[in-house]
Amino acid sequence: MAQDGTRPGPGSTGGIDDAAPAGGTVLPGPAHAGADDLVQLIDHLGVRHAHARYDALVADVDGAALQKLYEDMVVVRRIDAEATALQRQGELALWPPLLGQEAAQIGSGRALRADDFVFSSYRENAVAYCRGVDLADILRVWRGNASSGWDPYTINMATPQVIIGAQTLHATGYAMGIVNDGADSVAVAYFGDGATSQGDVNEAMVFAASYQAPVIFFCQNNHWAISEPVGLQAHVPIARRAPGFGIPSVRVDGNDVLACLAVTREALARARSGGGPTFVEAVTYRMGPHTTADDPTRYRDANELEDWAARDPLARLATLLDSLGLLEAGYTDSVKAKADAVAAELREGCLSMPEPAPSDVFRHVYSTPNSWLDRQQDHYERYLASFAQAPQEGPR
Amino acid sequence: MSTMTFGRAITAGLRRAMDDDPKVILMGEDIGKLGGVFRITDGLQKDFGPHRVMDSPLAEAGIMGTAVGMAYRGYRPVVEIQFDGFIYPAFDQIVCQVAKLHYRTQGAVKMPITIRVPFGGGIGSPEHHSESPEAYFTHTSGLRVVSVSNPQDAYTMIQQAIASDDPVLYFEPKRRYHVKGEVDEGVDPASSDMGAARVVARGTDVTLVTYGPLVPTARDAAVAASDDGISIEVIDLRSLAPIDFATVEASVRKTGRLVVTHEAAQSGGLGAEIAASITERCFDYLEHAPVRVTGFDIPYPYSKLEFHHLPDLDRILDGVDRALRRPNSLSGLDRPDGSQGAGQ
Ligand SMILES: Cc1ncc(C[n+]2csc(CCOP(=O)(O)OP(=O)(O)O)c2C)c(N)n1
Repeated sequence: MAQDGTRPGPGSTGGIDDAAPAGGTVLPGPAHAGADDLVQLIDHLGVRHAHARYDALVADVDGAALQKLYEDMVVVRRIDAEATALQRQGELALWPPLLGQEAAQIGSGRALRADDFVFSSYRENAVAYCRGVDLADILRVWRGNASSGWDPYTINMATPQVIIGAQTLHATGYAMGIVNDGADSVAVAYFGDGATSQGDVNEAMVFAASYQAPVIFFCQNNHWAISEPVGLQAHVPIARRAPGFGIPSVRVDGNDVLACLAVTREALARARSGGGPTFVEAVTYRMGPHTTADDPTRYRDANELEDWAARDPLARLATLLDSLGLLEAGYTDSVKAKADAVAAELREGCLSMPEPAPSDVFRHVYSTPNSWLDRQQDHYERYLASFAQAPQEGPR
Repeated sequence: MSTMTFGRAITAGLRRAMDDDPKVILMGEDIGKLGGVFRITDGLQKDFGPHRVMDSPLAEAGIMGTAVGMAYRGYRPVVEIQFDGFIYPAFDQIVCQVAKLHYRTQGAVKMPITIRVPFGGGIGSPEHHSESPEAYFTHTSGLRVVSVSNPQDAYTMIQQAIASDDPVLYFEPKRRYHVKGEVDEGVDPASSDMGAARVVARGTDVTLVTYGPLVPTARDAAVAASDDGISIEVIDLRSLAPIDFATVEASVRKTGRLVVTHEAAQSGGLGAEIAASITERCFDYLEHAPVRVTGFDIPYPYSKLEFHHLPDLDRILDGVDRALRRPNSLSGLDRPDGSQGAGQ
């Protein structure tokens, strides 16, 4: 075993290439057009910068459209806060916050067409919001009431994946199906920086490149995989891995909603026109814990959080809107009212969710009846019935 | 003697194994600064350094495959799989490489790898966090599989697993991590055998065999049954592969009745193996067909319903009643010829 300190230790910033810190826990300074490889249209001070390549892709985004993106981000941040509160109040077993990742999810999610199909991980609640999810469906799994929240075909979004990276293969296969069908929709896989270490993600890139599948690999590099810094997963910027598989890639400021929209649109256009897969690395930051069960103070420096709070995706858009005279009280009041209404609907949906029945555990194991299981169900129902008093409570 | 939780006892055992042998290294996700999601490796990286307590990239096949290479190189890797449901990406490396290299090389290469797996349910987790995958591994020759149920065993057996030249899957019942018990840290791990089953409670009417998370439940069932005048002998297998059948056999010859309980699904589970083997060995002594009280043949259910899936004290006692032909939930299901069915 190497004892010479060359391995990436915990907290290592990795990066054999000084120009582009992969595992760095600090984003390169505000990137101006062409200043480095990070696509950025709105910097952290809320200043809109021209970009030779990507401006054209968002030329249609006028003031009203920017306001809509802002509203989306406020609403999903509110969903996040409400769900976190519900967890603290004992109404949810667990919750994975997306705080800080609103721009990456809204920017990419709002670029998609209804017939595109999303394969996500567990943190993409803002993407589900973009897909038009029934709000309470977001909470069903976390409340422990069901194994999945929605029928994937109703919103064209697969049930969220917990096995890290598995969904990238599913997205690729779906995209291969799109090609066979001669359609022009696109599959999008969302995953984290940690996931890029998994074999599945690397195999997905092999398949996607070999079959030129219309799939977007949308990696949210939020700098942490639970307690592990991104430097432990990647020694060079993650986006640089894809070209080795023959997949074009782009690194985007994941806290800039407009830039995320632009690069996703570019990738979608490539996929729809037969140009195959694209890998997007959205450089962002998880400002909350990994889940409500996590304790980031054990591994994360408070200064780092402060650095990133200064790059907050909502604040910068608010500043830009303000500078454009688009943050009038009437507008912000309506955004707040919308967020309040969504939060109230979410809470109500959570609290009024019907409790599952014991025999539900036997449902949907197979699509055709199975005599082994029928027998187990029958015996268990007899067992429950044998509790004369309080049969609905079941066993202790 | 000191009192410690089950989780702390594993930590203490790991610490001692690392103190005793510099070749012992730990690998896994989040095991460094965070101390693992269950904090079992808490403080070890601080004391032994990042070269001996290695935070691994998020890749189970990678972790297991590199552990194989480390073992080739003379190390004794102790791998932490974060949750039971995440062992599957590493499955190929475990069953095709870890389990078979000793055999494949005619004994030239040893794979002294310990694979720690927090397993089982009862903690209200989302999917893939509550599974009982032990039977996949007991079906693979070349692996040793153990499960611990109390702080003293946790402490001793982790050291025995690490000292073993064979690969060992060490299943930790995660819902018992906070259970406290007495631990004698002076005990020499070499003085006992993790392969030997332990008789937890003596009894004469029924033999109740279990392991891991259900050992305390089985013990409670024995206490509850004694109020009804039923004497249950509870056996904690400890080793699931190989199984100490001699201990189970001796007990069944005495009681004439066998109940096996585990959280894992019934079909193809360890209960089936134990029931079949004991029937072969003790057929003439059995007063009733062996009874299994297990999880259902379903994917682990969402948390609101997990306590229906998990065997509990009442379901175990119902199984005991079946073995004793006492009134039970299946009493109405006697066969037309008057003999009684074995139940589920
Ligand atoms: C195969 C597998 N291994 C381990 C885990 C446990 N786990 C859940 S989330 C996580 C970190 C994931 O980090 P990343 O991919 O960066 O995504 P993020 O949570 O930061 O969005 C880990 C290790 C898992 N769910 N699946």
